[in-house]
Amino acid sequence: MDGIRLHVNGEALEVRDVSPNTTLLEYLRQHLHRPGTKEGCAEGDCGACTVVVIDPQAPGGPRLRAVNSCLLLLPLLHGTQVLTVEALREGTGPDPAGYHPVQQALVEALGSQCGYCTPGVIMSMLEACYRDDLDAPWKLDDQMCGNLCRCTGYRPIREATQRIAGLRPDDRFSAALRQATSAPAPTALRYEHQPPHGGAPQRCWMPTTWEELFELTAAHPAHRFIVGATDLGLDVTKKGERFEALVSLHGLEELRRLSHEDGRWSIGATVRLADLEDATDRALPPVARMLRFFGSRQIKNGATVGGNLCNASPIGDLAPVLLALDATMVARGPEGERRIGVDDFFVGYRCTALRPGELLARVELSDPPAGARIGAYKVSKRREMDISAVACGLRVDLDEAGVVAAARLGFGGMAATPARARRAEAALVGQPWSEAAAEAAAQQIAADFSPLSDHRGSAWYRATVAANLVRGFFADTQDEPVPRLPDRPSATVLGAGLGAGLGAGLGAGLGDDLGDDLDRAPEAQP
Amino acid sequence: MKHQGPPSSPLHQPGIHESGYRHVSGQARYVDDVPLPPGTGHGWVVTSPHAHARILSRDATAALARPGVRAVLFADAIPGDPIIGPIVHDEELLASQEVLYVGQAVALVVADDVAAAKAGADAVVVEYEPLPAIHTVEEAIAQDSFVGEPHVIARGDVDAALAGAALRVKGELRTGAQDHFYLETQAALAIPEEDGCVTVLSSTQHPTEVQSEVASVLGVGANAVVCEVPRMGGGFGGKESQATPFACMAALGALLTGRPVKVWLNREADMRITGKRHPFVGRYDAGFDEQGQLLGLRAEIWSDAGFSTDLSMPVLDRALFHLDNAYFVPTLHFTGRACRTNRPSNTAFRGFGGPQGMMVIEEVMSRAAERLGIDPARLRARNYYGAAPRDRAPYGQEIVAEHNRLPRIHAELMASSEYAARRAAIEAANAGSRWVKRGIGYQPVKFGISFTKSILNQAGALVLVYADGTVQLNHGGTEMGQGLHTKMIAVCAHELGVPTSAVRVMHTATDKVPNTSATAASSGSDLNGQAVRDACEVLRERLRGVAAAMLELSDEHAATLRFGGGAVTHPASARSLSFAEVAGEAWAQRVSLSATGFYRTPGVGYDHASGRGTPFYYYAYGGAVCEVEVNGLTGEHRLCRVDLLHDVGSSLLPTIDRGQVEGGFVQGMGWLTCEEVLVTDDGHPITVGPSTYKVPAIGDVPVDFRVELLPRAPQPGVIHGSKAVGEPPFMLAIGVVTALRHAIGAFGEGEVELRLPATPEAILRAIEHQRGAG
Repeated sequence: MDGIRLHVNGEALEVRDVSPNTTLLEYLRQHLHRPGTKEGCAEGDCGACTVVVIDPQAPGGPRLRAVNSCLLLLPLLHGTQVLTVEALREGTGPDPAGYHPVQQALVEALGSQCGYCTPGVIMSMLEACYRDDLDAPWKLDDQMCGNLCRCTGYRPIREATQRIAGLRPDDRFSAALRQATSAPAPTALRYEHQPPHGGAPQRCWMPTTWEELFELTAAHPAHRFIVGATDLGLDVTKKGERFEALVSLHGLEELRRLSHEDGRWSIGATVRLADLEDATDRALPPVARMLRFFGSRQIKNGATVGGNLCNASPIGDLAPVLLALDATMVARGPEGERRIGVDDFFVGYRCTALRPGELLARVELSDPPAGARIGAYKVSKRREMDISAVACGLRVDLDEAGVVAAARLGFGGMAATPARARRAEAALVGQPWSEAAAEAAAQQIAADFSPLSDHRGSAWYRATVAANLVRGFFADTQDEPVPRLPDRPSATVLGAGLGAGLGAGLGAGLGDDLGDDLDRAPEAQP
Repeated sequence: MKHQGPPSSPLHQPGIHESGYRHVSGQARYVDDVPLPPGTGHGWVVTSPHAHARILSRDATAALARPGVRAVLFADAIPGDPIIGPIVHDEELLASQEVLYVGQAVALVVADDVAAAKAGADAVVVEYEPLPAIHTVEEAIAQDSFVGEPHVIARGDVDAALAGAALRVKGELRTGAQDHFYLETQAALAIPEEDGCVTVLSSTQHPTEVQSEVASVLGVGANAVVCEVPRMGGGFGGKESQATPFACMAALGALLTGRPVKVWLNREADMRITGKRHPFVGRYDAGFDEQGQLLGLRAEIWSDAGFSTDLSMPVLDRALFHLDNAYFVPTLHFTGRACRTNRPSNTAFRGFGGPQGMMVIEEVMSRAAERLGIDPARLRARNYYGAAPRDRAPYGQEIVAEHNRLPRIHAELMASSEYAARRAAIEAANAGSRWVKRGIGYQPVKFGISFTKSILNQAGALVLVYADGTVQLNHGGTEMGQGLHTKMIAVCAHELGVPTSAVRVMHTATDKVPNTSATAASSGSDLNGQAVRDACEVLRERLRGVAAAMLELSDEHAATLRFGGGAVTHPASARSLSFAEVAGEAWAQRVSLSATGFYRTPGVGYDHASGRGTPFYYYAYGGAVCEVEVNGLTGEHRLCRVDLLHDVGSSLLPTIDRGQVEGGFVQGMGWLTCEEVLVTDDGHPITVGPSTYKVPAIGDVPVDFRVELLPRAPQPGVIHGSKAVGEPPFMLAIGVVTALRHAIGAFGEGEVELRLPATPEAILRAIEHQRGAG
């Protein structure tokens, strides 16, 4: 049996004595006695547990990734370097000696009050400090939205983050990133733990070849694939699940490949959502747009394309966009590859067309044709870091005359699986792309779906919003085939809003119309 | 500016949080971070799965057989009083015969680690016979199920005023529960000491209550219990009374197992077991004249107290005391009742009923403005308190005109926010926009400061000066992030004339300062600041005598000695001694270098029977202008710009106070918009984690967020002219609702029907209503 080898704050560790179902957070706090990293929720939704992992394999070179340590299982850290809040200060001495610029910035902005979310805030800021692409205000919010703070109201956190974003001081973290370039590829892991009070052994493998992978899956039919643990980790922390056979897909380089050549996309199953967002930013706006509202930075840094799709949740946000884009899912099994159209992939509630022993290897799709109008929307109670009430990918292909030749309206949150609105599509095909046609399609949504009521929205709300999104899709694509990406924070449909016409330049000297005495300029008081 | 030296006093200057560097480096230690003594047991609570049921049997056999489980404690294990409660003892620490809500504690399992304790808790077998339950305020009213007595405040002939009014506004408003969502969940660590004594580290706003309740549960004197609070990872009222049960459970476990016991709740357990902000149902009937002047208001409000009394009665009082908000109500009849339901016991939460009461009259004001077609800001301003006779609160307290900051705030904020021009521009733009509308809303706030239970308005401090001139500061207040310790260090450093680096604030502990009140009601700085000053003055005067002798000064000259910059200076001769020299000499002279301080707020009192009195020492004021944009397709909204102008008197530390204003506003915004506590029809909570319960995230806060503290506004009779700041800004967020109503109203004619919280669904429903009406 191998030990799990990782570095925590520069210290080399080889772990042999804990369950592979141990979260990184639990390991840091209970085993290493480093209580700086906090547990706020154990479901990846508050960010107090945020740590940074150096990812040597990231596209474009090694990078720091802020991740939720409450969800990551320890074997997934095999071969990595983990940084916690305790790593930032160098040396000791009276304040402010030795603090990292992100720490200094947050203290000076009074970005901590109770301090409990702060270690996580600091680690998200640390990633921001070494990113070079935080070039718009909304990106700062995207970077920080995975850290809930109940005290400050965020203004000082935003200001401190702005101050340090992209600063990238020439320090030991920059050096670590440079050194990571030459890091060896991860070695295979075979890890086993016998629970002290009995029960079956708990194992985790990280195979590096397909042969090894299929050997394992054949030998352990109850295996679970795991990469980012952003969903599976919840079973461990919330349901007390202790998996006996985990198969990490970190060791298969092929699954991480992402390419866009000659209008064809090939997106490996373990491509991180954060990396897909970067790659699609300008090249495939509907996907980028959905990812912008997808989840926190920490979740996008961990979660993968394959995880989001194979989970087959009716509220997985990639699925509706891929339905609109008519993607092809490429499955791989011991016998080789098999291609499945996205329409046939989701076969039931949390159930895919993958056969036992198969896994999703990659997603393939083409850039939409020139005549396509395409949009993607997500509506949730909170814009950031929330699960959809309704999500959709909407597309119409127009012929030269402006008539709808084909329509693909993919919805999430409306049925037991991500699904197309076939009646609404039928109402569009053959019609000129007009408000009347969109209205006719919107009217059909009620016939297409009978959504459920739950805490994210009533059936009435879902049905009304789904129909309204079709109307909004028309309004959005009247002038531009692919709606611009809305800045955040912003409503998800008609993202430009009224903002262009209001706000700046208003006011000065326009006076008041109230007339009451109260509106007179105040007199100075002592 | 930059040629000036460092200010000799830290007061009224920008400053950082005293724990800032500890926070950002992971060194700040909370209860769950304290290194555990060997053998510490971990407690896990077995909870009721029924809203109301009789307990038929309890069996711990299987649980005790599980590996690592050391003890399973039921109610009969309690040696002292098994009933606890902050004001009225009416909650079983562990339910014995009957459970009264889903989540009520029935047993505590103590095991070697948390996982073993959880597994043990799953193995405890409790048989129940379900009983009918009361799930709503309406059901409680129908079944006459109440906590405490009705509270009535009345003035004048409201019926006559309403009958003669040109405009009647009648309706019902429901405000929802709110989970505190402090980032640090409830936690306590109890360490058994000699002779049956116990030390409890608790994440509590009220260490004295933890001490007294632990003593009561264990059946020992208060002197056998020390409660110590390292710091809290947020409280917001949720740890005023509801940290106590978990501290009691830990202490019970420690006493009975002879080993330290930690009780820590994970997020789900915390959200299941603990109470929330009280939901309220308010029915109102208001009369206005044609110009929008309020003539009378009849209001009945009912709170959902949950299964026990907890703090529901003072919460109800404060709701009634804020039904007027900033407005003079000439005739009125206010009635309040607290309903007993089979829900967790709802409790203190920032504003303490004030927001719930205030929201009722704000709804009335908005509806009246919509009906009369008057700008809601103008209508509100018309109803402000003013000169006599418009200067009497419903309970008779004078709203002293010269201290009423609202006219000034209103004028300054209207000008600085360009409210009128923006409102006109918004209305013009809305007319040309089909799917997206904007709205602007103004909100004034007047909030009464003092514990409404008058005896709580007292505080103590203990200041220790060491012979090297360094200082340990103890006071009765607790630090939950609000910056109280930072302010107290500043007050102490100011009084003794030493740098803040010379003052170390100690953990709040009941063996240092006894018989303290909760750190609550925004009163922490007001009360403890005076007590700290009192103690420091005693020490300073003792040191004055020592320094005078060292400098061979007459009494007359001694009086001129100045304490500042870490020195004691004689201005006339410019001779000075370091503070450390003087302290060292005091020790050599055998002069005591420790002193206690004490403070009680003068002149407050209230008589429930007559509904008259002076419950508040003073009022804090503020104003907000909020602009929103609403999406008519989805009901989503965003906050485009917020201008806040808030009155904190002469701010002790403006950077700290700004943080309270901003944080309070955003928390209020959460209560009114995205935070929705949901429960199944049979009383099972649905929203038990941040995946389902949505507090504001960074993107919900406007980039254009303009916050000012009202300048030149010292308040007489309080510590260095400063005012309480913790709660009042919370209610500024009501301006978001007013702005939403403005935007929604642009989708069609007539009065807006917007339910709270204003989630996207609630807003879309209101828009659909408006479209239907239009």
